[in-house]
Amino acid sequence: MSCLKDKFDRYVNDGGVPEGGLAPAEPVPAGVDLDAFDALRKTYPEQMASSLVLPLLQTMQEAKGHLTESDAVFVADYLGVPAMQAVEVLSWYTMLYSEPVGRQVIKVCRNIACSLLGAERLIAHLEHKLGIKAGETTADGRFTLMLVECLASCGTAPAMQVNDTYHECLTEEKIDRILEELP
Amino acid sequence: MKAANVFFNFEITGESHTLDAYRNRGGYGALQKALCSLQPIDVQNEVTASGLRGRGGAGFPTGMKWSFVDKMSPVVYLCCNADEGEPGTFKDRWIFEHSPHQLIEGVLLAAYALQVRHAFIYIRGEFDLSWRRLKEALAEARSAGLMGEHILGSRFSCDIIAHRGGGAYVCGEESSLISSLEGFKGYPRNKPPFPAVKGLYQSPTVVNNVETLSTVPWIIAHGAAAYKEMGTEKNSGTRLFGISGHVRKPGLFERPVGYPMKKFIYEDAGGIEGGKKLKAVIPGGSSTPLLLPEEIENLTMDAESVQAAGSMLGSGGTIVIAEGTCMVRLLHVLTRFYAHESCGQCTPCREGTSWMDKIVARIAAGRGQSGDLDSLERITRGIMGNTVCALGDAAAMPVAGFLRKFRHEFEFFIEHGCSMYGGRLEI
Repeated sequence: MSCLKDKFDRYVNDGGVPEGGLAPAEPVPAGVDLDAFDALRKTYPEQMASSLVLPLLQTMQEAKGHLTESDAVFVADYLGVPAMQAVEVLSWYTMLYSEPVGRQVIKVCRNIACSLLGAERLIAHLEHKLGIKAGETTADGRFTLMLVECLASCGTAPAMQVNDTYHECLTEEKIDRILEELP
Repeated sequence: MKAANVFFNFEITGESHTLDAYRNRGGYGALQKALCSLQPIDVQNEVTASGLRGRGGAGFPTGMKWSFVDKMSPVVYLCCNADEGEPGTFKDRWIFEHSPHQLIEGVLLAAYALQVRHAFIYIRGEFDLSWRRLKEALAEARSAGLMGEHILGSRFSCDIIAHRGGGAYVCGEESSLISSLEGFKGYPRNKPPFPAVKGLYQSPTVVNNVETLSTVPWIIAHGAAAYKEMGTEKNSGTRLFGISGHVRKPGLFERPVGYPMKKFIYEDAGGIEGGKKLKAVIPGGSSTPLLLPEEIENLTMDAESVQAAGSMLGSGGTIVIAEGTCMVRLLHVLTRFYAHESCGQCTPCREGTSWMDKIVARIAAGRGQSGDLDSLERITRGIMGNTVCALGDAAAMPVAGFLRKFRHEFEFFIEHGCSMYGGRLEI
């Protein structure tokens, strides 16, 4: 937070972003591969640096698990865009995590097609099985249970994702099997 | 009505999504033809003549959309909208997973028509296999000289950049998608100016749906006349119709536009689960007003007929609801969704969706109050037409529709504090 406040003060007191963009205030955060940043940046047209805010935050999250405000400021500095823009992006997109999550993030769809085929029953089953409520993480840091909106699996409902992997046409037994096979 | 398949025209195997398989079934022939023998304007004219209309939901004529772009502009951008998120819709996923090169060829043809150097595919962040298949296909296309500098030895160069979303329903709205692609939170923008005039980075931009672009190669290969032979007079071609909910065989079907809805539900999807009676149908994704069994009796699946019946065909995702479902709790599923997905920019939607959700949640918890239904109706009127994008209307329409057609269930819930149907969503 202090980092952000510092940026904000600089922005206000110095009458805007100083020439040449903001200097990185933070050293390179742990787990960040600047070569990967550069490689990704090369795939976009040069004048589109701003477009990379979300892709870079996603890359960073893959390495770190979750993101902090100073990570967002780091990305903003790297691209030369206002710090506030990256911080807003971090807080606005639901797939960017500002809080630590478990190693296995279970995202269960609770939208209309899945609800019509038993999403509530499956959510209750998962809550019971994992011993946590939706939105919580198990004490050992292994599982986070999240409820999400439509995953575009309506034709194969009910559906959930474990990290990125889709699991469809779910039943209680199938969920048990999936959980057992997870590392 | 002639019925050819634009999409379901090959057997799905472990290899059918690859470049070799796509080429073996004639893939990239349309691109070759266009680059060798057609001018960009010819491609646009062919698409206009085919009568192809946008498959994302609004149904705007594709060729006309392209014609709005000033081709003399130094930079023109093309964005493929693959942020498939309308509940009930799962067609774009099929294209990515099984025929990604069809989309890439469509993007390249559109880029050629519009003289685009950089095209973007904005794909939903949640998609996993779709994303991997797209990345693989783009790499294959690049190494085969189908993308990049001097495509197939011609003077046309184009790069396609795949950009992942961050999990926001509103980013499927074209101006929100542009904000998101520029690296901001996905706030929609006022129109005009339309993206075709001022879009991505203030340059003329065309935003087309995945299915729309994937249809273009077929049109160029077989001709506009052949495409126009399918479907209805005002709505040509085929569409990928999805069906989900209480049916025996949910799934995705390619059918000519104007296909009978009853046949779709009772024959293609095998009828209602457990032989139950039909209670309601949501014809085009969760934002479209629902229809009663008597309203779909002679309904055909084209924009005009569905509109005449008081709803919209939208993205072509049909959700079937069987007798015995509690409509109050079902509406709560939808109000919760829209309250969660409102981007927060416009007050009527930001506050209205939360108010509607709180009231419906209260009723569904057995604590409804007299006057709640009037409040809900007042809020829907306050939202509709008063927001920058269509999400406001999309959130208000289901509420208005449920109240208009199942008001007695809501009144019962408020009066008795319990559901007429035991609160069941599952049958």
